[in-house]
Amino acid sequence: MEPVEIGLWGVPLAVLGGAIRVSTPFLFVSLGECLTERSGRINLGLEGTLVFGAMTGYALAYESGSPYVGVLAAALAGACFGLLHGWICKFRGVNDIAIGIALMLLGMGLAFFFGKPYIQPVAPDLPAINFGWWSDIPQVRAALQVNVLFLLGGLLAVAMAWMFRSTRVGLTLRVVGDSTDAARAMGLDPDRVRLLATAAGGALAGIGGAYLSLYYPGSWNEGISSGQGLMAIALVIFARWNPINCFWAALLFGGAGALGPALQSVGVSEGYYLFFAAPYVLTLGLLILTSSPDRAMQGAPLELSLTK
Amino acid sequence: MTTFGKLNRRHFLGTSAAALGAAALGGLARPAMAAGDLTVGFIYVGPKDDFGYNQAHAEGAAAVKEMAGVTVLEEENVPESQDVQNTMESMINFDGAGLLFPTSFGYFNPHILELAPKYADVRFEHCGGLWAEGNPTNAGSYFGYIGMGQYLNGIAAGHATKSKKIGFVAAKPIPQVLNNINSFLLGARAVDPEITCQVIFTGEWSLAVKEAEATNALADQGCDVITCHVDGPKVVCETAVARGAYVCGYHADQSPLAGDMYLTGAEWNWAGVYTDMVTKFMAGEAVPNFLRGGLADGFIKMSPLGPAVSDAGRAQFEAVKGEIMAGGFAAIKGPLKDNAGNVIAADGEAFVETDVALESMDYLVEGVLGSTS
Amino acid sequence: MSALDQMPAPGRPAMARALAGLMPRAEAVLIPAGALLAGFAIFSLFLGALGKSPAEFFGLVWKAGFSSAFSWQNTLSRVGPLALAALCVALPARLGLVVIGGEGAIVLGGLAAAVTGTVLAGLPGYPAMLLMAVAAMILGGLWIGAIGALRIRRGVNETIASLLMAYIAIALFNHFVEGPFRDPASLNKPSTAPLAETLRVGDMPFIATHWGVVAAALACLLCWVLIDRTTLGFAARIAGDNVRAAQVQGLPVARLVIGFTALGGAFAGLAGFYEVAAVHGSANASLIAGYGYTGILVAFLARHNPLAILPVAILLGGFEASSGLVQRRMDLPDATILVFEGIVFVIILLSEALYGRLRIFTPGYWEHR
Repeated sequence: MEPVEIGLWGVPLAVLGGAIRVSTPFLFVSLGECLTERSGRINLGLEGTLVFGAMTGYALAYESGSPYVGVLAAALAGACFGLLHGWICKFRGVNDIAIGIALMLLGMGLAFFFGKPYIQPVAPDLPAINFGWWSDIPQVRAALQVNVLFLLGGLLAVAMAWMFRSTRVGLTLRVVGDSTDAARAMGLDPDRVRLLATAAGGALAGIGGAYLSLYYPGSWNEGISSGQGLMAIALVIFARWNPINCFWAALLFGGAGALGPALQSVGVSEGYYLFFAAPYVLTLGLLILTSSPDRAMQGAPLELSLTK
Repeated sequence: MTTFGKLNRRHFLGTSAAALGAAALGGLARPAMAAGDLTVGFIYVGPKDDFGYNQAHAEGAAAVKEMAGVTVLEEENVPESQDVQNTMESMINFDGAGLLFPTSFGYFNPHILELAPKYADVRFEHCGGLWAEGNPTNAGSYFGYIGMGQYLNGIAAGHATKSKKIGFVAAKPIPQVLNNINSFLLGARAVDPEITCQVIFTGEWSLAVKEAEATNALADQGCDVITCHVDGPKVVCETAVARGAYVCGYHADQSPLAGDMYLTGAEWNWAGVYTDMVTKFMAGEAVPNFLRGGLADGFIKMSPLGPAVSDAGRAQFEAVKGEIMAGGFAAIKGPLKDNAGNVIAADGEAFVETDVALESMDYLVEGVLGSTS
Repeated sequence: MSALDQMPAPGRPAMARALAGLMPRAEAVLIPAGALLAGFAIFSLFLGALGKSPAEFFGLVWKAGFSSAFSWQNTLSRVGPLALAALCVALPARLGLVVIGGEGAIVLGGLAAAVTGTVLAGLPGYPAMLLMAVAAMILGGLWIGAIGALRIRRGVNETIASLLMAYIAIALFNHFVEGPFRDPASLNKPSTAPLAETLRVGDMPFIATHWGVVAAALACLLCWVLIDRTTLGFAARIAGDNVRAAQVQGLPVARLVIGFTALGGAFAGLAGFYEVAAVHGSANASLIAGYGYTGILVAFLARHNPLAILPVAILLGGFEASSGLVQRRMDLPDATILVFEGIVFVIILLSEALYGRLRIFTPGYWEHR
C-alpha cells in the first residue's frame, strides 16, 4: 500500500498510536502495583521484575518458538519475585520499600546476567490485531495495530475495579489494606493476603516486561526499560489506587511520550528535550491541580507505609 | 611515545607487584607473562553485542585476541564517569595492561587526559579523533570517515525510495551525526534531487522505546527508507521493517535483523585497524597520535548489497564506491545551501572527506527536514 | 557460652555486667555483619551452581576494593556522591517522606556549579569554588525543597513528585547543556565551558581521590548531630512518627518538612558540584550516572542513620570497584556484581527482623547467667 501524505495529522495519530503502543507496560505494572498496594504493601521492586520479565519472556519465546510461552514464563518469573517480596515483608521490622529497592537491583542483575546470550537472537513477536481494516490510510492502520495484551490490560482494569467494589476477594483486600487489626478480628490472615496480592502484582509486572521485549520495541537488551516500572508505580499514586484511573494514566503517559518524536517529524524541532519531558510535566501538573492539602491521600489504603 | 623497553619494565613492575600481592593474599595473582607479551584492554560503554557501536569494537577486539603473545581484557557497560578512570587504572595496576582502547567518545576528556600523564608508559588509544597537539603524547586517537559510508547508504536509499522521503533517527545534533545525516541525504540526491530526509533526534545514545517511537513517526510521515545513528540500531531496524520501510545499517551489519528489507550498511572495520596498531606497538614502531582512515584504508566497509537494490542502484553504488576508494571524494560540494538558506559551499567549492572543516559541522543541508538545536 | 559457665565465680559478675552493657550496643553491628556473611554464603551457592569459585570471587572483591591504596582510591571515588545522594533520602525520611528523586538535584547542582564557574572565571580559586558549591547547593535545595513544599502546601505525594521532577530536571539539564549554555568548542560532546584549572577541586594528599569524600563525611556527621543532638532533629523525629501529635504539640511541621527536604537536596546538589569541579571539569550528559538512584539504596540500608551511610557507601563502593576485575578474571558478565549486591542487600534488610528478637542482645540474658 502506498503511503499517504498526512502532514500535521501525524501528530494526533502518533499520540493515539503511541498511547496504544507505549502504554501497555505502564498499564500492567501499575495494575499489579495497585493490587499490591490495596493490600497494604508497596513493592518498589517492580522495575526489576519488569526487566526480568522482559528477559525471561524473550528467552523462553526464543527457546520454545512461541511468544505465548514467553508471556507465561514472564508472569511466572514475576510471581516468584512477588512471592519473595511478600514472604520477606511478613517479618516485623522489615521495611517493604527498602526490600523493593534491593529486589529491583537483584531483578535487574539476574536479568542482565542470564540475558547476555539472548541479546543477539531474534525471538518471535506477539501478534497484533488490526483494528484499522476500515481505513485506506496505512498510517491509520499502523496506529491501530493493537496488541492482545493491551486489550487484556484494559479488560483487567475493569475487572479489577469490579473486584474491589463488589466481590468477596476485593473486600478482603480492602480490609487487609486498611487495617491489619480489623482483618485479624475478622479471622483473615493479612500476611497471606498480602503475599498473594504481591505475587499477583509481580506476575502482572512480568507480563508488562514481556510486552516490552516481545512486542514493542520487541527486542531484548539491557536498556529495554528506561524506568517504566518505577514510573508505573508512581502512576498508581497518581491514579489514586483506582484501576480504571490506572488505565487512563497509562494511556496519557504513553500518548504524551509519543508527542516529542511526532512533533519533530512535522517540523517542530527546537528544544526537543523539553518536548520529551512532556509526560512528566503533564503528570506533575495534573497531580498538583488535583491534589489538595485536605485530601492528601484520598483513596490510599491506610496500612500503606508510603502514606502513613 | 612508549618504547618497547619501557613496556617490559612496566610488565616487570606489574608482575613483581602482583607477586608481592600474591604473597600477601595467598595466590591471587595471575601467572607471570613471558617477556615481549602485551596486555591490551578494551573498554565499551554498552553491551558488546548490541548490533552497533560496541559490537563493532568488540569484533575488532576479537581479531586482536587471535594474535600471538597478546592478552585481551574487556569490560562492558562502563559509564563515562569516574568509573572509566577506575577501570583503566584497574586494568593497568592489576593486569599490567600496556595498551588501552577506551572506545567511547566521552572517555577522552577528562578521563584519558587525566590518566595519561600519570601512566607515562601505557599507551591510550581513543576512538573518536579528539587528540590534538598539546595533549599527552602517550595518548592518541583514531577515527574513520564513515560519512562516506552514509553517502553510499544514501545512494542505495535513493534508488529504493518511492515516496522520495527517507528518514534518519539520530541521537544528538553533534558534528559526527550531522555529517552522517547530510551525507545520507546528499547520496540520495545524487540519485534524485527531489528526495528529502526527515531527521528525528532522540537526545540519547541508547533509549529503546524512544527510538521505536521516532521510527514510527518517520514511517507515519511517509519515509520508506530509514537509517540511524544511535549506539544500537537493533530497535530502529526491527521497527522500520515492521512498518514496511527499507533499512540502511550503521556501525555493524544488521542484515540478520532486517532480512530482505536491508539495502546496505555503513560499518566500522576495526579488526584490521586494531591488529595493525597492536602489531606496530609490539614491534616498537611509532603509532601516530592522530590516525584517520576511510573506505580505501579499511577503516570502514559496506555491508553486502541486499536483494532489494535494483541493478541501476547497484551500478551507481559501485561506481561511486570506486570514486571514493580512489580518494579525494567530496559529498559536501558547491553550490550547496543549508536548510536555513545559508550558503555552505559556493559553486566550485568542495570539502573532501578528509577536510578538517567537516569536523565542526553545525548545519543540516538543504533537503534535510529538522533543525540542529 | 559454655566457657562463661566454667569461669570462676568471682569473675563472673564483672564479665556478665560488661557483656550486659556491651551486647545491646553490639546488636547494631553484629546483626548486619552476620547478615553480610549470610549473603556471601548465598551468593557462593549461586556461583557454585554456575561452576565458578566463590573463593576466587571474594578474593577479587577484596583485592580490587580493599587490599591496597589503589583499591581504596577506587572504592572511595564512589563514596562521596553515593553518601551525599543518600542524605537526600535519609533526611526527608526522618519526617516520614520517601524522596526518590535525588538524581535531579545532582544534575542541576552540577549545572549550577558549572555555570557559576564560567561566570566567575575571574575570581581567585577558593572564593569562586565556594560560590560554585553554594550555587549547586541552593539549586539542589530549591529543587527538592519544592517537593517538600508541594507536599505540605498542596498535599502532593512526595515520592511521585520527586521521581517526576528528576526526569524533568534531566530534561532541563540536557536542554541547557546542549542549548543556551553549550560551549561552541565542545563539538561532539556537548558540554558547558570547561572550568579554569584554578576552579578544579584537586585530589587529597596520599590518595588520588578528590575531596568530595571528606565533604560527604562531614555532611553525614553534621546530619547526625542535627538529627540526634538538636531539638530541631528531635522535633523532626516526632513529626516523622506522628504528624498529628507533632501538630498538637505546636511543632512547626511545615517548616521542618521544607527545611529537611531542602537540606537533603542541597547535599545532592553538592554531589553535583564535586562531580563537575573534581571529575568532569564541565557539565555534560556524563553527569547523569545514576548516583541519585543508588543513593536511595544506601540510605535504606543505613536505616536513614547518617553515620551508617558512610560504611554502607564504602561497602557498595568496594563491591562496584571489583566489578571490572571479576569480569576480566572470572569471565563473568558485568551484571555479576549487581546480582551479588542484590542478594547481599536483601539479606541485610531481611535481618532487620532480628532486631530486638535475639535474647543474646538483651542485658537480662547476661545478668541472669
